[in-house]
Amino acid sequence: MRQLTFAGGIHPPDNKEWSADKPIEACPLPAEFVVPLSQHIGAPATPCVAAGDSVARGQIIGEAHGFVSVPVHAPTSGEVVVVEPRPHPSGALLPAVVIRADGEDRWGDFPKPEPLSGLEPEDIVEQIRLAGVVGMGGATFPAHVKLSPPAEKPIDTVILNGVECEPYLTADHRLMLEEADRLLDGVGVLQKIFPDARVVIGIEANKPDAIAHLQQRCADSSVEVVPLEVKYPQGAEKQLIKAVTGREVPSGGLPMDIGVVVQNVGTVAAIADAVLRNLPLTERVCTVTGSAITEAKNLRIRIGIPLSHLVDVCGGLTAEPGKIILGGPMMGAAQVGLDVPTTRGTSGLLLLTETDLALRETEPCIRCARCVQACPANLLPTTIAAYGRLDRLDEAEQYRALDCIECGCCSYSCPAAIPLVQTIRYAKAAILARKRSG
Amino acid sequence: MLAAIFSLGGIGLTAAVALGFAAKKFAVEVDPRELAILEVLPSVNCGACGYPGCAGFAKALVAGKAEANQCPPGGMEVAARVANILGVEVVFKEPEIAAVMCQGDNTTASNRYRYLGLTDCIAAQKLAGGPKICPAGCLGLGTCVRACPFDAIEITAEGLAVINRGKCTGCRKCVAVCPRQVIHMVPLKTSVHVLCNSHDKGAVVRKYCQIGCLGCHICLKTVPDAYRVENFLARVNYEDADEAKAAVAKCPTHCIRDFVDGYPVGSSFEPAVVPVKSDAA
Repeated sequence: MRQLTFAGGIHPPDNKEWSADKPIEACPLPAEFVVPLSQHIGAPATPCVAAGDSVARGQIIGEAHGFVSVPVHAPTSGEVVVVEPRPHPSGALLPAVVIRADGEDRWGDFPKPEPLSGLEPEDIVEQIRLAGVVGMGGATFPAHVKLSPPAEKPIDTVILNGVECEPYLTADHRLMLEEADRLLDGVGVLQKIFPDARVVIGIEANKPDAIAHLQQRCADSSVEVVPLEVKYPQGAEKQLIKAVTGREVPSGGLPMDIGVVVQNVGTVAAIADAVLRNLPLTERVCTVTGSAITEAKNLRIRIGIPLSHLVDVCGGLTAEPGKIILGGPMMGAAQVGLDVPTTRGTSGLLLLTETDLALRETEPCIRCARCVQACPANLLPTTIAAYGRLDRLDEAEQYRALDCIECGCCSYSCPAAIPLVQTIRYAKAAILARKRSG
Repeated sequence: MLAAIFSLGGIGLTAAVALGFAAKKFAVEVDPRELAILEVLPSVNCGACGYPGCAGFAKALVAGKAEANQCPPGGMEVAARVANILGVEVVFKEPEIAAVMCQGDNTTASNRYRYLGLTDCIAAQKLAGGPKICPAGCLGLGTCVRACPFDAIEITAEGLAVINRGKCTGCRKCVAVCPRQVIHMVPLKTSVHVLCNSHDKGAVVRKYCQIGCLGCHICLKTVPDAYRVENFLARVNYEDADEAKAAVAKCPTHCIRDFVDGYPVGSSFEPAVVPVKSDAA
């Protein structure tokens, strides 16, 4: 069967063999947790505990603020040491709740979950919001917002994103293999919210074991498991929709505009926990990998574990890391040090040695158009970047800078090592700032 | 041949009459004072006055919406001539120029990470707050250089912005673009400045910068009137700066500089003796 895909994209070496065969291990708990209050796109949570308070696992420690916001929960039981600004994966110092674990790891008292059959879609979405479920592929967009489309935008397709196109990462792969039950429970919840929708699980063809496993599990249900061509960024929302349905999300629009909802497989598993077991989101699967780590592993981590603890759990460093990346190498965020904590979006911790890095000086553009061929959003990256460098924002906007998905294909393919994505991001931020100020 | 001459000549004549008529009929009346002021203004269209270019400023002056002393590049000289044209009193305004309040280049101030991206301070600042550990130090990627309409700023080989006091007109364009607010406006008549911008405690500053202000109060003890220390950062009291030079040699980290002695290390600018025109006007 011909594999579905989109136009453009690149084929970076996927380096998944480091951790693809490693079963998910529970990560031992550290003595201290740092739980950032800003772990999702949208308004940060406001702390509702103070130093000295004792908290149980799953207890709300940060209240949501507004519709595009979710509460933050304690990852384990213990005592709140302090609420203060701490290093955050974004590079800034942002408010965080520091919890000293008491070692009991005691869950808070939650009411028994109601059976799914008795719940209305609105109640389900509210439960997902209260459980703090966000997009766990890395974008951390609150899940309940995607699941509450306005009435005039009917959803006919729900896509589960099991593509995991970022090189190195294998967290979703292991989750699909080992925790298909949780995943399919979550599918049941989504089907309750969108009863008439077609449900598709999209998986890149480099995970044949996951495809076969889920195809077998879904054999007698209406859920389709679709193998997709191995190409980056196959798992980007808009590109996945294009591959699976052939539809294109309009410029400036959302998937719900064309009747589609996409959720990462990790998010769907978390939705199952939230609705069927009444457990808030306090843990996720994370791949710790790279040439600078002794043993690559797939870990079930709590939110708020310092990165240095993950490194210790994986046997320590083999060499001084040349680059520390949270997430995958293409879209992940480079970190200044190992003192930041994991968040809900931490799909991977990648530690690369100095020799892995292909650092080169930027040279002039030779107009080879490789970035244009690679761009999955059909943009002209070199043109937008040129306008961005000159602060000619009107032209950058005319060339659809705001449609850039920041996947990094252009920078990856540029033979002159021009920081195209960074320049386009700079232009996007300037355009948005100008729009806000009117 | 003749037909061509007559037809083209006829068209030309008709057009000339029509244009001449239109020029008289639809003439835009310009206040002669506006034109006279435009002659006097520096014509660099820098926008420092807050109006769209020199023409916009001239129009605002004639309309009485702007003050004569609002053109920093022109200074008091232009202000006096503008006031003369408008027939108003000129109000004295202390001339100011811009100064980079930092001397921490790549040899003296440490970085948290290696930055290889777009050569622009605003872009670098977005990446985890910029490579420099100091939260307030100059990133040296030249956003101010590109903003300066007077070619008055250079970046040294070790990555520090330096403003030429002879060329700076005080238009504030660099102040507006600097993402770390390292560039401040200072009175032109004072040449001694504390070139540091960090409010961190001395022990913290020492960890990331050899040439930063520790807030040790030695300058304040040397010349009590000329300095003040706010939040671990010394500043020159510009109203009372006559004796400030005495503390330059005393500063343990050499973060106080008298620009008459020279520009920060690595600068190619010759120390220009800036004409003191403050009291003259």
